[in-house]
Amino acid sequence: MTASVAQRQSSSGAEGETLLEVRDLTVHFPIKQGVLIDRQVGAVRAVDGVDLDVARGQTFGLVGESGCGKSTLGRAVLRLVEPTGGTVTFDGVDVSSLRGEDLRRMRRRMQMIFQDPMSSLDPRQSVESVLTEPLRAHDIKPGDSGYSGRVRELLDVVGLPASAASRYPHEFSGGQRQRIGIARAIALNPDLIIADEPVSALDVSIQAQVVNLLEELQERFGLTYLVIAHDLAVVRHISETIAVMYLGTIVEKSPSESLYLEPLHPYTIALMSAVPIPDPRVEERRERILLVGDLPSPANPPDGCRFHTRCPFRQPTRCHDERPALRELRPDRLVACHYAEEIQTGQITPDESSHDPHATQLALDSTAPSAADQSAADQSATHPDEGSPSSFDTMPGTRYRDVGGE
Amino acid sequence: MALLEVGELGVVFTRKGRRDVVAVNGVSFSVEPGQTVGLVGESGCGKSVTSLAILGLLPKRGVRTSGTVHFDGRNLLAMSTSALRDMRGRDIAMVFQDPMSSLNPVIPIGLQVTEVLSRHRGMKGEPARKEAAEALERVGIPDPTRRLKDYPHQLSGGMRQRALIAMALACQPRLLIADEPTTALDVTIQAQILELLRELVEESGTALIMITHDLGVVAGLCDTVNVMYAGRIVESASRYELFGVPRHPYTGGLLASIPRLDQPRDVPLNPIPGSPSDTLPWDSACAFAPRCANRVDVCTTESPQLEPDDARPDHLLRCFNPLPVPAYEEVGR
Repeated sequence: MTASVAQRQSSSGAEGETLLEVRDLTVHFPIKQGVLIDRQVGAVRAVDGVDLDVARGQTFGLVGESGCGKSTLGRAVLRLVEPTGGTVTFDGVDVSSLRGEDLRRMRRRMQMIFQDPMSSLDPRQSVESVLTEPLRAHDIKPGDSGYSGRVRELLDVVGLPASAASRYPHEFSGGQRQRIGIARAIALNPDLIIADEPVSALDVSIQAQVVNLLEELQERFGLTYLVIAHDLAVVRHISETIAVMYLGTIVEKSPSESLYLEPLHPYTIALMSAVPIPDPRVEERRERILLVGDLPSPANPPDGCRFHTRCPFRQPTRCHDERPALRELRPDRLVACHYAEEIQTGQITPDESSHDPHATQLALDSTAPSAADQSAADQSATHPDEGSPSSFDTMPGTRYRDVGGE
Repeated sequence: MALLEVGELGVVFTRKGRRDVVAVNGVSFSVEPGQTVGLVGESGCGKSVTSLAILGLLPKRGVRTSGTVHFDGRNLLAMSTSALRDMRGRDIAMVFQDPMSSLNPVIPIGLQVTEVLSRHRGMKGEPARKEAAEALERVGIPDPTRRLKDYPHQLSGGMRQRALIAMALACQPRLLIADEPTTALDVTIQAQILELLRELVEESGTALIMITHDLGVVAGLCDTVNVMYAGRIVESASRYELFGVPRHPYTGGLLASIPRLDQPRDVPLNPIPGSPSDTLPWDSACAFAPRCANRVDVCTTESPQLEPDDARPDHLLRCFNPLPVPAYEEVGR
């Protein structure tokens, strides 16, 4: 395998150049009515004008809540759903205009890993058959060791024993099944892998194994990933660049480290503050911004900024009638918000009602270090852990914003 | 006296011609009034079976339950079915993971809430409807009077979960058991529901048993945390203790294997090797031994007991070779 991969890499371009370019991609699902005549009465705007650039050898993360269109976007890139408009350019070739055999050939270079490893594997197909089917479909000669040799190689790469080849999906645990799904995706030495929620169906202790495997494979075979997930912590861990989606559009795009250190869009700020952190001392001091209500229907998205119905920073002007464009606030950092600068400098503060008063109080406390230390000491006084080491004050990267002040 | 006292609870699933499956094995913990207790573990560790056994919701056939569950001094496991029914929903209520499958799809929300009220408080007609609307309002459902006529499919996932919580709290129970109440929800909705639970528990003084696999959820909510592995509690401590000084290699391993938003991106993940199905029987060994980095010889030959940590009497631990206290420096980071 290594030989064939090395060959492939030498023929492909340099790291860092754009491998996948998506421009103004839209996917609308028609809503139809009528008995004899199908009348289209509207459309679900699942993806509504998305631009993406994925650099070769990089991992691009796409996050958002369910229903925001992130999975549809991933499928539209592979043309597993037909885009309504826009272009997808893969390594210089316009994928959106390819047809028939050309498209099929192209798919060899773009593979997918699915969320649920049970339903994406045929229960009646042995692992060997699962892994050789892509090779046969694309007429790839297996080399000296034959198909079974190639299967052994693939299993070895994803950390499964060679004896797995003759077994069936139900004989494996969830994590092992996901490994089979990954082996299937890399069987054709693709350039791009789209991973749709690759770890969210797995147990906590297994998630890290699969995340590490994905990273290892990327390093070994120079893969490019487009990772779609709702778990911000996982996405941040594996991606260099992250785009945050809301109701079919991208609201913020940024290198992942700065996205966390300084989220610019109100939705990203709220999303970050909602992710629970497994440390009670951090949890108690965090500022929590609660969003009110649910995601609006993508069949009837709000006018103006799509987030304005839930936005805690909403302003009386522009937000409800003018749709913000994705603009470059600083180098590499794109945000679709009219008031991103003011929010960043603290001139606009979130609406009080969206706040958990308790958290606000604690956040205020944290501005005065002595008071915060005092409250921490009070807490530990009721629990016998004075002797324990505490990284409370040195916890890197945690923001305690002053919510009430400024 | 504790509100709920679970003693040596065991649940065994039996089937003719098959080996018995021990789902829960010697689980003991107690819940004080107003306290929030967490049960954490991966799928298959027995946390949900524990909650079902407490409420007597497991089927009679093919299930062998042992031990005691004392609620307010009465043993629930020895109670008659009708006495249990009087108790469920009135004194102890439960919220399940998937709000769609635990609501009846062909009955309006309002009727499902009033059903609890009429069963336990004998309320009917207009007063019951009014009370139901108030219950929905308490959990933050806007326009509750109109919502009473809605069917579950007309509500979003977060709203359904709120409706379920409203049903559970309609009779002001003294104990609420929440089994993965936010797992099916998005993070922003999860934050809303957790906030709601936190408020309700604080206001009403209801005790809460929170069952989840998400350590982050536990960290923000629970006073005491019990970590379960293969049907047994392996570590039990206050949340400050547990997250600050995890002693059991499994707890430490879980904490080291999840990426955290408040840490630098390049902190490597240290997964626990193997899978939760690689266990040894608890009777003669430590079930976690095959996956444990701290394994010593005795782990595969003797069964560890849940015992207080030497220095900290409230920190219970089932391990022969626990992580050293300063191991927090590596594990917790």
